[in-house]
Amino acid sequence: MSEKAPDLWQTACEAVSLLAASASGLGGIVVKAPPGPVRDAFLAMLKQALPQGTPFIRMPHALPEARLTGGIDLASTLAAGKPVFERGLLASAHGGVLLAGMAERMDRAIAARLEAALDTGHVRIERDHISDNVPAGFALVLFDEGEPGEDAPPASLTDRLAFSIDLSGLSWRDLGGDDVLRPACQQLSPMAVALAKGHAETLVALADALGIASLRAPLLAAMAARANAARAGRQETDETDIANAARLVLAHRATRLPAPPEEQQTPPPEEQQEQSSNPEPDTMETQDRPLEDQILDAIASAIPADLLAQLQAGRGGRLAGRGAEAGRKAPATRGRPLGARRGDPRRERLDLLETLRSAAPWQRLREQRGDAAIAVRKEDLRVRRFRPKSRTTTIFVVDASGSSALHRLAEAKGAVELVLAECYVRRDEAALIAFRGQKAEVILPPTRSLTRARALLKGLPGGGGTPLALGLDAARQLADTVRRKGDRPFLILLTDAQANVGRDGLGGRQKAEEDALASAAALQRDGYESLLIDTSPRPQPKASALADRMGARYLALPHADARRLAAAIVPAR
Amino acid sequence: MHGTIKSPDYKTVFPLYKAENNRAKPMSLNYPFAALVGQDEMKRALMLAAIDPTIGGVLVFGDRGTGKSTAIRALADLLPERETVAGCPYGCAPQHEAGLCGACETGTKRKTVKSKVPVVDLPLGATEDRIVGALDLERALAHGEKKFEPGLLARAHGGFLYIDEVNLLEDHLVDVLLDVTASGENLVEREGLSVRHPAKFVLVGSGNPEEGELRPQLLDRFGLCVEVRTPTDIATRIEVVKRRDAFERDRAGFIAQFTKEADKLRKTIVAARKKLDDVDLPPEILEKSAALCLALGTDGLRGELTLMRAARALAALDGKKSVMLAHLKTVAPSVLRHRLRKNPLEDVGSTVRVERALEAALS
Repeated sequence: MSEKAPDLWQTACEAVSLLAASASGLGGIVVKAPPGPVRDAFLAMLKQALPQGTPFIRMPHALPEARLTGGIDLASTLAAGKPVFERGLLASAHGGVLLAGMAERMDRAIAARLEAALDTGHVRIERDHISDNVPAGFALVLFDEGEPGEDAPPASLTDRLAFSIDLSGLSWRDLGGDDVLRPACQQLSPMAVALAKGHAETLVALADALGIASLRAPLLAAMAARANAARAGRQETDETDIANAARLVLAHRATRLPAPPEEQQTPPPEEQQEQSSNPEPDTMETQDRPLEDQILDAIASAIPADLLAQLQAGRGGRLAGRGAEAGRKAPATRGRPLGARRGDPRRERLDLLETLRSAAPWQRLREQRGDAAIAVRKEDLRVRRFRPKSRTTTIFVVDASGSSALHRLAEAKGAVELVLAECYVRRDEAALIAFRGQKAEVILPPTRSLTRARALLKGLPGGGGTPLALGLDAARQLADTVRRKGDRPFLILLTDAQANVGRDGLGGRQKAEEDALASAAALQRDGYESLLIDTSPRPQPKASALADRMGARYLALPHADARRLAAAIVPAR
Repeated sequence: MHGTIKSPDYKTVFPLYKAENNRAKPMSLNYPFAALVGQDEMKRALMLAAIDPTIGGVLVFGDRGTGKSTAIRALADLLPERETVAGCPYGCAPQHEAGLCGACETGTKRKTVKSKVPVVDLPLGATEDRIVGALDLERALAHGEKKFEPGLLARAHGGFLYIDEVNLLEDHLVDVLLDVTASGENLVEREGLSVRHPAKFVLVGSGNPEEGELRPQLLDRFGLCVEVRTPTDIATRIEVVKRRDAFERDRAGFIAQFTKEADKLRKTIVAARKKLDDVDLPPEILEKSAALCLALGTDGLRGELTLMRAARALAALDGKKSVMLAHLKTVAPSVLRHRLRKNPLEDVGSTVRVERALEAALS
């Protein structure tokens, strides 16, 4: 790690210098760094890169909507006898930088406001009797302080930010000079730079090779390439601009490793990863290859070395960053406070302060009608809103059929126990479904009890056919129940995907496989997060096809033991 | 506008405007509708809703970064101007079937002016007072006077109301919308003030289904539901990136490039609106659409009604005199996909189910 450290810091400096060159066009940067000297150094470097007097606004983690967008300032309003509005943080950050800590725990509604501001450069205010459209063009710096295995920052927000850098492994000793910050020559506006012919094509092809679906990625990369050219005083982008943009904007979004052009077979994930993390681009050979291949080689080292781990953790997956928000229920009367809204205090908890706040401006009006000292009307009543903490229920769906079953089952049992121990700490639950012969059974209903789980697991038999479809259907049923309870189900399917018993309990490989794919598609349609662990000795295309259909992350662990399984599962949840 | 505080007194002054840092200053310079690449179903649905507002709203669901918001915001510049009663805070249109407010109904002479069809943004975090309208705070404070200040619903009357991230809209605001879209009027009772005004608008919502489901009642309010996917075809992706990049570099210039096409589109919409009432609905089309709805088991008559309206609007858009089977086929997925009952045993998505039923019913 420490060998790469100066590079990382250098990369951070480059990203910041591009941000400084074109503040709001690039969205911003995700910085994975806990509070500490490295983060302070990053902030100092950022400040230095920006002209003096640039707004530098910190956004507290939990803040009411009115602070974000702006709202009525009650004290001043009452004193002045006319409405006085307080500017929100978004507007205050206009032309500067907005810093948000603990981004991994950011409320979805707040993320949506930030997204709207990033998209339009304005903040639309429709609250507290104010209707306005205020300029709010800023660069967003998101500090991701999540531990491995915790939720990621909202994916819809990070999709809009050009850069992402992981400084969490750095120590302050690693920080090098930041001379990249000073532009080499007279700086142009990135708007004055044109993309050279063929460069848009290159960026799209690169995004495609790295498995990046969102179209924002190549767009942000194009913007970064222009900013890079502007810094160097070029009026048209050249290859170094594209390479830099690809390295800084595209590499960290990779959801797959680009296939090496020579070898047609894809080696197992671990092996491939090692290859690409120490690339030896052969200069003689690269001459006559297309630009995107050369760049792919050049940026290979910028693709996170732990891509596989990140894919498991959902950073690259489609379901990233939605986690705890999906399936939430209202109204809750406990949990994280969410602010106040109009409501009936007989059913929800009264928010006295907010009620008085909303009654205050009308006192003069009501006074005339001879009401009491403070006139509070029904429409002033405000109730507190809460977001309940939703728990995760991990549902293991285990193939307990013949062939390798007995072996797999023992490992699955071990993994369930290990995950349970971890659930116990996090107050999460686990459940287990096994399928074999002609049926699928819920062996272990959702539980947090280790002893109960052990007892139930001990008696789990194996052998027989593989009714994969039935197993998946049972899983969906259980997941449905979990979701209705307001919790978040997470499915882990351990199978070799060799289905040979259909949904009707009859044999026949083809029918069984069709049924399984259909059940898998239903799981994806209902939006359940899942992980498929291919347990066959040699990774199977069938299993990855099934994972695809389920929308599941796919993990081939041919000879996994319980400990490795648990290690793979824990960060994935 | 009408009594709303447009330039409030802020406690502090905004920092000096930095041209470099503010690329999005001209809000009116939206990405042109005519320049959108692909996403034909979404574009068609929005145009159909513009031709016949009684189709009842468009829901756009799909992946991130597919230009959902861009398309909807672009709609405002595409719509032809309309006639409204001068000075009416609710934007009443005398020729329009959307209804008139109390003042316009009783007023003797109605002078009309040309105005843009409103496409009103309902931002997340909007409070109820701004949506339905409330007392004018400034007057109440300064003069102790009660005056109604119309809200977003009044502003959207006769036009479009757009909610981005509609699935994140708070429950009590959803209730308000359900109530108003069902009755077509907005009723405000506050501080002894009782105001009733027409509020008919086309509801347009967009969102990402991964971020939570929509309440079935609200889902039902949308006449058309389209799914957008990130284009996977490389040539299309390149074209999107090129156009967007050109737009970011020179907004005005880019828009100018597409003025001709935008005018053409606008004319098509105007022509289709005129033609709409004369479009024939042959009995066999009616039969087919009934059979289709029956086969899919869609609840209520709303699906069938919307299906016919959408097919007719599409025929008008095509410049045809009568609805043809092709029109029905084209609009059916958008009209029906969100009305299907969720069948736990069904193994395919709703779009495929509609397509299968189409084949069965129309062959």
